[in-house]
Amino acid sequence: MDLLLQYAWDIAIIAAFIFGIKAFRTPPDARTGNRMAAVALSAAFILLLSRHQLFKPETVLLALAIGAGGGWFWAMRVNMTQIPAMVAIQNGAGGCAAMLVSFVELTRAGMALGTMNQFFGAVGLIAGAVTFSGSMIAAGKLSGIVRGTPVYLPRHNHLLAGVCAAICLFGLWVGLFASTAMVFYSIMVVILALSLGIIFSIRIGGADMPVLISFLNATTGLAAAFCGMVVESRLLIACGAMVAASGYILTHKMCLAMNRDLKNVFLGRILPPKSPEKSETVQSQTPDTQAPDDSKVSDEVMDETPEEKPEEKLEEKAQDPFQLALEALSSAKSVIIIPGYGMALAQAQFNLVALGNRMEQLGKTVKYAIHPVAGRMPGHMNVLLAEADIDYDKLYDLDTINPEFSSTDVAMIVGACDVVNPAANIADNSPISGMPILNAQEARQVIICNLDTRPGYSGVDNPLYQQPGVILLLGNAKESIAKLIERLA
Amino acid sequence: MFDIILMFIVLVLTFFIGYHLISRVPPLLHTPLMSMTNAISGITILAAVLVFSHETSGPFSMIGFIAVALATLNVVGGFTITERMLKMFKKNQENQTGDSR
Repeated sequence: MDLLLQYAWDIAIIAAFIFGIKAFRTPPDARTGNRMAAVALSAAFILLLSRHQLFKPETVLLALAIGAGGGWFWAMRVNMTQIPAMVAIQNGAGGCAAMLVSFVELTRAGMALGTMNQFFGAVGLIAGAVTFSGSMIAAGKLSGIVRGTPVYLPRHNHLLAGVCAAICLFGLWVGLFASTAMVFYSIMVVILALSLGIIFSIRIGGADMPVLISFLNATTGLAAAFCGMVVESRLLIACGAMVAASGYILTHKMCLAMNRDLKNVFLGRILPPKSPEKSETVQSQTPDTQAPDDSKVSDEVMDETPEEKPEEKLEEKAQDPFQLALEALSSAKSVIIIPGYGMALAQAQFNLVALGNRMEQLGKTVKYAIHPVAGRMPGHMNVLLAEADIDYDKLYDLDTINPEFSSTDVAMIVGACDVVNPAANIADNSPISGMPILNAQEARQVIICNLDTRPGYSGVDNPLYQQPGVILLLGNAKESIAKLIERLA
Repeated sequence: MFDIILMFIVLVLTFFIGYHLISRVPPLLHTPLMSMTNAISGITILAAVLVFSHETSGPFSMIGFIAVALATLNVVGGFTITERMLKMFKKNQENQTGDSR
């Protein structure tokens, strides 16, 4: 009877999680879903406390207080541009917790664990450790502490394969032979798995971050599920599996949105050797390299008329691009705005939405086109624009908006490059060939608000920059847009 | 053995339910979805607390302490940030009417 009750509770809690995820269709429902999941998790926790007698309750309480306080404080303060880094660190925290628990269970119980449990313990140990170190590198890259561009170690692929083989060897040893002396081997496995995570993710560059983050989300789920196998908790397994499914789907969607397979993203894409500075969005990638650029440009923009040297060779040099953009926007009836990661770096989302609202007041139709891989994590642009109080009905995804460009007066690109690069339509084996893009070039007029005309992260030059008729509004997007708002009438 | 089989069934079943549901989440909500699933993966907090269901010695209780703290950070931080994000998604009726002009 008692057992039956346990099953019933587990099923009820799992069902609550499922409904929580199912609610993610519209933002208001999603809010309910999120709360439901939170309640389900709390219920699971309380239930656990009622079933088990804890030794050292004061230690547990202290850990809970520290974790909860830190998590809450951090989540309330973080700004939306830093969300990818925060998600990465949380992935790492989850992975680390799974790793530590697996380690304790493996080394403490020794003979007491069943063979299967022990085997899964070893897998959980590895998955947790790889997630932990991989996430830390990802977080470092996203917050600019680690260089954002891919880092290649000598014989990178061999190194990766070697570490994998060593992990399998030690992992099998830990997984199949039981003894309390396994502490040493377990630690070896942890060290190897930690270095695997580092070697693996250090090579993945800025614009591929959405794939890496989604993938790490999946591995955190797996680590939790395997951890659940060790302690024989159905709840852990169920939740871990759902999270793994979520991460897997997002990984897959991100790859589709770049027309590359997972292997291509993770294992050796040889970047063209020229242009050393590559960023998806033309704005430089890491804050430290961005800072000097930015300040230089903003000084230029401060002057009443921005004189842009790069496009002097273009035919419209006789006219001020700012004036041209202003005319294009005031005569347009319909505008589609395409934001990219550059918008996030320039923190231009607030001005951009203000510009959009201003244009709407003037009776124009304004829509926002969001490419799936724009930004540093899936859906990043949507959150940034939501932060600027946009009406989320105006955010359109790739498939919905693409047919509309040909009947649109102005496509305005803000801090995006690769996601609008028409070169992707040419099958020439360039890194972006075949990638689905937003067809900005089909609009009657194109305005580009980027920092400069360097190629995006892929390193492929964007022919849009050279195209006659395209208005290049180079410089800090935040300031150019502020000026546009001021003068638009 | 029954337990092992049951655990596998749970693993596979929930993976497919999750897969089925999540593949229909609109791209608009991908970031909140990820941060919520992230919080859910903090369910390792259960296992972390279970470390203390046996008599634990010094190093193990230290490891358990860190595990509980990290898992709690994951859970609380994850749900809080998801709530904060979703709160920002607004549908402004006034803008809607201005739009249709």
